Amino acid sequence: MEYINIFIKSAFIENLILSYFLGMCSYLAVSKSVKTAFGLGLAVIFVLGFTVPVNWLIANYILSPDGILGTDLTFLRLILFIAVIASMVQLVEMVIEKFSPSLYNSLGIFLPLITVNCAILGGSLFMVTREYNFGESVAFGLGGGFGWFLAIIAIAAIREKMSYSAVPAPMRGLGMAFLLTGLMGIAFLSLLGIDPNAF
Amino acid sequence: MKKLLNFVKSLEPKKGSLGHTLYDGLFTFLFAPNEVTADGGVHIKDRIDLKRTMVIVVLALQFCYLIGMYNIGQQHFVALGMYESFFEGFHLKLAFGLTKILPLFIWTHLVGLGIEFYFAWKKGHAIEEGFLVSGALIPLIMPPDLPIWILCLAVAFAVFLGKEAFGGTGMNIWNVALLARAFVFFAYPTTISGDQVWVAGFDQIMPGAVTDYGWWQTSFCNTIFEWFGWAQFDPGATIVDGFTGATPLALAYEGGWSAVTDVYSSAQMLWGSIPGSVGETSKPLIIAGAAILLITKIGSWRIMLSGLVGAALMSMIFNAWGATEFMTVPWYNQLLMGSFWFAIVFMATDPVTASATNFGKVIYGIMIGMIGMIIRVINPAYPEGWMLAILFLNTFAPLIDHYTVLGNIQKRLKRA
Repeated sequence: MEYINIFIKSAFIENLILSYFLGMCSYLAVSKSVKTAFGLGLAVIFVLGFTVPVNWLIANYILSPDGILGTDLTFLRLILFIAVIASMVQLVEMVIEKFSPSLYNSLGIFLPLITVNCAILGGSLFMVTREYNFGESVAFGLGGGFGWFLAIIAIAAIREKMSYSAVPAPMRGLGMAFLLTGLMGIAFLSLLGIDPNAF
Repeated sequence: MKKLLNFVKSLEPKKGSLGHTLYDGLFTFLFAPNEVTADGGVHIKDRIDLKRTMVIVVLALQFCYLIGMYNIGQQHFVALGMYESFFEGFHLKLAFGLTKILPLFIWTHLVGLGIEFYFAWKKGHAIEEGFLVSGALIPLIMPPDLPIWILCLAVAFAVFLGKEAFGGTGMNIWNVALLARAFVFFAYPTTISGDQVWVAGFDQIMPGAVTDYGWWQTSFCNTIFEWFGWAQFDPGATIVDGFTGATPLALAYEGGWSAVTDVYSSAQMLWGSIPGSVGETSKPLIIAGAAILLITKIGSWRIMLSGLVGAALMSMIFNAWGATEFMTVPWYNQLLMGSFWFAIVFMATDPVTASATNFGKVIYGIMIGMIGMIIRVINPAYPEGWMLAILFLNTFAPLIDHYTVLGNIQKRLKRA
């Protein structure tokens, strides 16, 4: 039950995009069609769901003073987290290139750029500051990724629909995307305030 | 008749001027135009064009206006402990309601139509009449005593950022009326939630508080009523002991169904003699409006029915779960409280922001019902969930459509 709570909370209530505004660059750039957004969203779920627990292991067994090395290496946290994320992304990139070259081409530069996607690193850092245990960090990684995925395919569908709209010239493109994101944030506020531990 | 039409035509100002924009908007509102498609505007696929569609929705809302106007007065006098039965002080209740609802209505239209006219003029389009429905809906979903400047800000926000930025009528993603309400809800929460705001005519709802009448009540109405020898407004009246102004939902959240029935009877809740937003309270009259929408096929029965099913289903699940007092409220009683009917009939069925595919509409309706009930029952931050549930599902409606269309394509490919 605790894990389900964390999953729902990180996916809807504390959505990485809509309440922390993390991972905006690829969110805004790759949300022009549902198909590519779907692919990128899945990649983010996978990367987040994998890197957060791996980084948990590193943070708790290698970097912390109680770990196997016995010294306080927490200053290496950022570098090691990034290294883990980068290698994960390499792996995902190879898998996508092998199994879906068309998706690989349409994602283009944004696939390797998941490495510096703030949502991924943010997920790992939230995991540290919130002091999750291993199971919780798995749930948090998957939930955060799922929330990101949901937000990007929703905005991609809206932008696809809006390609028929007569948007005023100054608002076209990114301006519209920002406005959409803000209004989506209002819509996602609906679940803010639920305390899953109250039941 | 023809002469009159020709005379009106002869008044038409030059194209491109502000006068022409205004003239065109008024003319096509009063007479069905001969042109088939306005340039760059909405395409007409039917004998009934956008203006006629809108007018039917506005007509269906009139029931809510009537009962809402009466109910503002009714709640005011219940708080005073006067004229508690239906026909007692009827003229006072109607007059009081009118003085509360007219400013809301007029300012909504001044601000909304003003922005709409300005954009139509700037773009050189015919006036898009989409604001008629939003403008009729907005006063109905606000508390009766909402400060006018907040109302104007909210309407401006919704029309600018919620509609004109998206390209005008028919292009918005989120329901304009609900965006206006959400704006008030998040920017000025104390004016639209809590026990204090739903009964009009007082500075503060507490025993002993004195009525807060203005010129309209004490001078204008009282002079007329004195003339006829009817009862008049009493500026010194005070709230009776024990009156709290709490809505059924607030009571149910605290103490379950029994706390509600201590204060309000089921019949009261059904007919709408309870505190609440202006138009949301009376269920039979909302259903009468729904009947008009369904007979004219303007509202989608799929959305209404599946919304009902979703809400009932979710409250049955909560009944079975029963972790808090509120969850144990029987599902048929859950539907008596709050603004469910108004939201599902007039807000969720908005053809622009709802899903467009038939299967998508079912999903959309069920999800609204379930999420709205979840927000109402287990979210302590918000007393009522339909506004946010509909905004939430408006976000996902294009996605639902996208996958419904993909699914249909797959199905047909398989069949071929």
